[in-house]
Amino acid sequence: MSQNTMQPGTKNNRLSRAVSNIKPSGIRRFFDLAANMEDCISLGVGEPDFVTPWNVREASMAALEQGYTSYTSNAGMFELRAAISEYMHERFNVGYDPKEEIIVTVGASEAIDLAVRATVDPGDEVLVVTPAFVSYEPLVTLSGAVPVPVPADASTDFKLAKERLEAAITDRSRAIILSFPNNPTGAVMNDIELQAIAEVAEAHDLLVFSDEIYAELSYDTAHTAFSALEHMRDRTVLISGFSKAFAMTGWRLGFVCAPPDITQAMLKIHQYSLMCAPTQAQHGALEALRNGRDVVEKMTNSYRARRNYIVHALNEAGLSCRFPGGSFYAFPSVEATGMDDETFAEQLLVEEKVAVVPGSVFGKGGEGHVRCSYATSMTALQTATARIEAFVHRHAR
Amino acid sequence: MTKDKELELIRILEHHGRIGTDVLAKMLDENEDDVKKCMKKLEDEKVILSYATLIDWNKVTTEDHIAAMIDVKVTPQREVGFDEVAARIQRFPEVTALYLMSGTYDLSVMVEGQTMEGVARFVSRKLSTLDAVLSTTTHFRLKKYKHDGVIFNQDEKDRRMVVSP
Ligand SMILES: Cc1ncc(COP(=O)(O)O)c(C=O)c1O
Repeated sequence: MSQNTMQPGTKNNRLSRAVSNIKPSGIRRFFDLAANMEDCISLGVGEPDFVTPWNVREASMAALEQGYTSYTSNAGMFELRAAISEYMHERFNVGYDPKEEIIVTVGASEAIDLAVRATVDPGDEVLVVTPAFVSYEPLVTLSGAVPVPVPADASTDFKLAKERLEAAITDRSRAIILSFPNNPTGAVMNDIELQAIAEVAEAHDLLVFSDEIYAELSYDTAHTAFSALEHMRDRTVLISGFSKAFAMTGWRLGFVCAPPDITQAMLKIHQYSLMCAPTQAQHGALEALRNGRDVVEKMTNSYRARRNYIVHALNEAGLSCRFPGGSFYAFPSVEATGMDDETFAEQLLVEEKVAVVPGSVFGKGGEGHVRCSYATSMTALQTATARIEAFVHRHAR
Repeated sequence: MTKDKELELIRILEHHGRIGTDVLAKMLDENEDDVKKCMKKLEDEKVILSYATLIDWNKVTTEDHIAAMIDVKVTPQREVGFDEVAARIQRFPEVTALYLMSGTYDLSVMVEGQTMEGVARFVSRKLSTLDAVLSTTTHFRLKKYKHDGVIFNQDEKDRRMVVSP
């Protein structure tokens, strides 16, 4: 369409209200700042530094060679769903029927979107435990519902406190999105702590969207799947995927496990919007589940050592930091410098060329902290923490 | 230090022999003195045998660095089996590795030298003249793609975006 066939003023209101109301991601701004900087050490990356295990890459290439280039069934290859079912059962002790309770999605990202869109109506409230992965609130907004932040901040060790949740619940609350181990705080919640949340969910008839994409990256304690808690299976949508544990971010492959009424509703959206997840990626994922689990263990061991290192080094540098139990982020407070998290991150980038992400980007409760990803080499971590130490000394109040 | 931590220490050292004990202590969430003690103990127990560096010699010298793998068939000796002949072979400085094998031959001998003649001389004069040695088959190594789990000439660039969700 050429410019002059457009009605005057069209440009200003041709975007949907829902989209116009969404703020651009704060991560984007830091990306732009850091992207062109030479010698920048990045602790800003939310993905593994490992390349996908070779056997997985190889299986995907073999699938291509054998001509697997067509659609799979909407919910994903049955073999893969069966493997997911077995994996969830073995590893996290939750059983799901591969026929109708599992959908293979385009990343956990799509699974979150589907879960929200399949279950909430405009005007409903969705409780989002923050700090949180950046897409939860916008996806809720896009579905027409209202995101209600429930802070799990430093005062509760970044765990969700039952009282905080109860205080945020209204007549319109429909669902809650939570994710432990957490991005960006690294916090984990054990079965007893989660049980308290489960009781609130039951009392107020809330659906629970439990994003467990970091489940494998639990360093000190075994991960508890939310749906494994008493009475919770029927109200939980368990979201997970291959990105983090199997180092497969670029493959765009995730999955969701839920009771059949919910998966079937999600499937309606999925089949019309995406048809199915990429076929070659599904073949890779199948190999990952069948023969990739020892590699997951190796990668996890390596993250654990790096976590230990960075937490000690940050504390020594003067930034107080708890020991995060999972994911691959440390979330130190920048209070010692008297700066807010945005200023800290920006100044650190400019002065020392170390990229970290300000905690406020992740919502309420993240203020005053920065996210440092330790999914990077020990060499980079050592240089980065030395630079952070110099920076903090220079600016300490 | 617990057994688990000790194992973890060994795993780290296997690939990063040069990491300082201060850094190791942080990685293991242990105190530095304990790490030092544990390393000393592992050295004394000969669990840690040496701290080696993996070099891609092709990048630093034009000098030939010839390596060969020699399949050796031997007559096992009463009582000691293959051990005695192995004990003799392993002492030659040219031999960098020695393994007892199953299959069509008995010992696999890795030899390194500066020239092909040098390696040939070792095989003809020293190895094949041993009483127990029945035959040798020498394979010269042409190129090193992967060694001790490390891929040579690997592009290890970090392709990730600087900041991501
Ligand atoms: C908590 C959380 N959920 C979901 C995702 C997205 O995962 P995927 O790559 O499977 O879409 C991320 C990625 O950073 C994340 O941190």
